Amino acid sequence: MAFLDRTARGFLLSEIFGGMALTLRYFFKPKVTLNYPYEKNAISPRFKGEHALRRYPNGEERCIACKLCEAVCPAQAITIEAEPREDGSRRTTRFDIDMTKCIYCGLCEEACPVDAIVEGPNFEFSTETREELLYDKDKLLANGDQWEPVLARRLELDAPYR
Amino acid sequence: MTAFFQTSFGILTLTVLQALGIIVPVLLGMAYLTFAERKVLAAMQLRRGPNMVGPFGLFQPFADAIKMLMKETVIPSGANRVLFLLAPVLTFGLAVIAWAVIPVNDGWGIANINVGILYLFAISSLGVYGIIIAGWASNSKYAFFGALRAAAQMVSYEVSIGFVLVTVLVCVGSLNLNDVVLAQRHIWFFIPLFPMFIIFFISALAECNRSPFDIAEGESEIVAGFMVEYSAMTFALFFLGEYTNMILMSAMTSILFLGGWLPPFDVVPFTWIPGPIWFIAKIMFCLFVFIWVRGTFPRFRYDQLMRLGWKVFLPFSLIWLVLTAGVLVFMGWLPHVA
Repeated sequence: MAFLDRTARGFLLSEIFGGMALTLRYFFKPKVTLNYPYEKNAISPRFKGEHALRRYPNGEERCIACKLCEAVCPAQAITIEAEPREDGSRRTTRFDIDMTKCIYCGLCEEACPVDAIVEGPNFEFSTETREELLYDKDKLLANGDQWEPVLARRLELDAPYR
Repeated sequence: MTAFFQTSFGILTLTVLQALGIIVPVLLGMAYLTFAERKVLAAMQLRRGPNMVGPFGLFQPFADAIKMLMKETVIPSGANRVLFLLAPVLTFGLAVIAWAVIPVNDGWGIANINVGILYLFAISSLGVYGIIIAGWASNSKYAFFGALRAAAQMVSYEVSIGFVLVTVLVCVGSLNLNDVVLAQRHIWFFIPLFPMFIIFFISALAECNRSPFDIAEGESEIVAGFMVEYSAMTFALFFLGEYTNMILMSAMTSILFLGGWLPPFDVVPFTWIPGPIWFIAKIMFCLFVFIWVRGTFPRFRYDQLMRLGWKVFLPFSLIWLVLTAGVLVFMGWLPHVA
C-alpha cells in the first residue's frame, strides 16, 4: 500500500506542484532587500565607520599624542609624530591613518583616554584613487568638525554601556 | 507596388522584410526574457532584481548587450579557432532559423510548409551540434564534460519529445503547424492529452538545457560546461541561442497544446483580442513557467536525468501514444484532413 501511495504521488507530481506553489507564494511576498542608495538601514551608536579626530567645545583639539592608538592598532594603520607646541602642551604634528590598512576594529577608539579618535557613522567614503584613502591629520580633523554633533550624540547614547 | 513584389528582386525584398519581421521581435523578446528571468527569480527569492538602469531597470538588457560587445573575445591557445568560432554562430543560427515555420496567426508563418513539425524537430535536434562542437573545440576538460552531458541529455529527451509529437500528429492528421492549431478549435490538446503536455514541457526544459536539467551547464559542478572558454560576443551568441530556444520551445508548446493563436473560448470578449496577442500571451505564460521551475527545483543528478528520460518518459509516452491511437480508431475519431 505504501508503495502504491508513493507511486501515485510520484506520477501525480504532488511534490513538484507543492514546491512550485511555495515559490509562487514567495513571488508575491514583499521584498526584504533594501533599495540601498534610496533607503538605508538604521545604524547602531557603536557602528564603526570612518574615523574622525574630535575637538573640545572651545576648538582645542583633544588628541594629546599619547600614541596609545598607534600602539594598539593591530593593522598598524596609524602613524603619529609629536612635539611640544609653543605653549608647552603636547600635540601631534602628524596623525595619519591608512584607511586601506585599517580593519575597523575600533581598538583605537577604545584606547583613547580623551575620546579624540573615534569611528563615526559614515561608511560611504569610497574614493577613485588609493591615495585619497591615506588620511592625514587635516582630513581627520575636518571629519571631526563635520560629524561632531552626531559623534557627541553617539558617545552619549553608548555611555551607559561603557 | 504589387508589381514590384512580383519581380525577383521584389520577392527577395519581401522575404528579407518578413524574416526581419519575425527575427527582430524574437530578439527583442529574448532581451526582455533575460530581464524577466532576473526579476522573477529575484521576486521568488525576496530580492528586487535589476532596478537601476532606466525605469524599473527596463534598459538593463541593453546595458548588458553593450557590455558584451565591448568585452574582449578570448580564444584559448589550444582551441581549434574555426570550430571554436563556428559553434556559437551555429547555435544562434539554428535557434533563429526554426522561427520560419511558426504561425503567429492563421497563415502568418513565413514558410507555411506541410512538414512544419518535422522541420522544427530536425532543427532542434541539430542544436546539439553547436554544443558538442563548442565543447570539443575549446580543448578544455570542463567544456568537454559539458558537451558530453549535453549530447547524451538532448538525445535522450528528443526521443520522448518525438513520441509526444507523434501523439499530437495522430490527433491532427497533418504535419502543418497551421493545421495543428486549427484542429484545436473545439478543445485545446492539453486537456485530452494532459500527461503528454506535462511530458512535453519537462522534455522541453531538458531540450533547452534549462534548470533543473542544466547539467550541461552545471554552474556549480563544471563551472559553465561547454561555455566555459567563451567570452564577449561568442558567449553572447550562446546566450542568445539558449534564450531564443526557450522562446521557441514555449511557442511549440502553445502551438501543440495550448491552441496557438486561438482564444480560450470562442465567444465575444475573447474573440475581440487578435490572434497574435493570444499567441504571445501563451508564450509568455510558458516562459514564466520555465523561470518558475528554475526558481523552484535543484539540479538533477546525471543518472537521475537518464533514468527519468529512458525509464519513465519513454515507456510512458509510448504507452500513451498507443492508447491515444487505439481510442481514436476504436471511437472512429480519426481526423480526415483533405
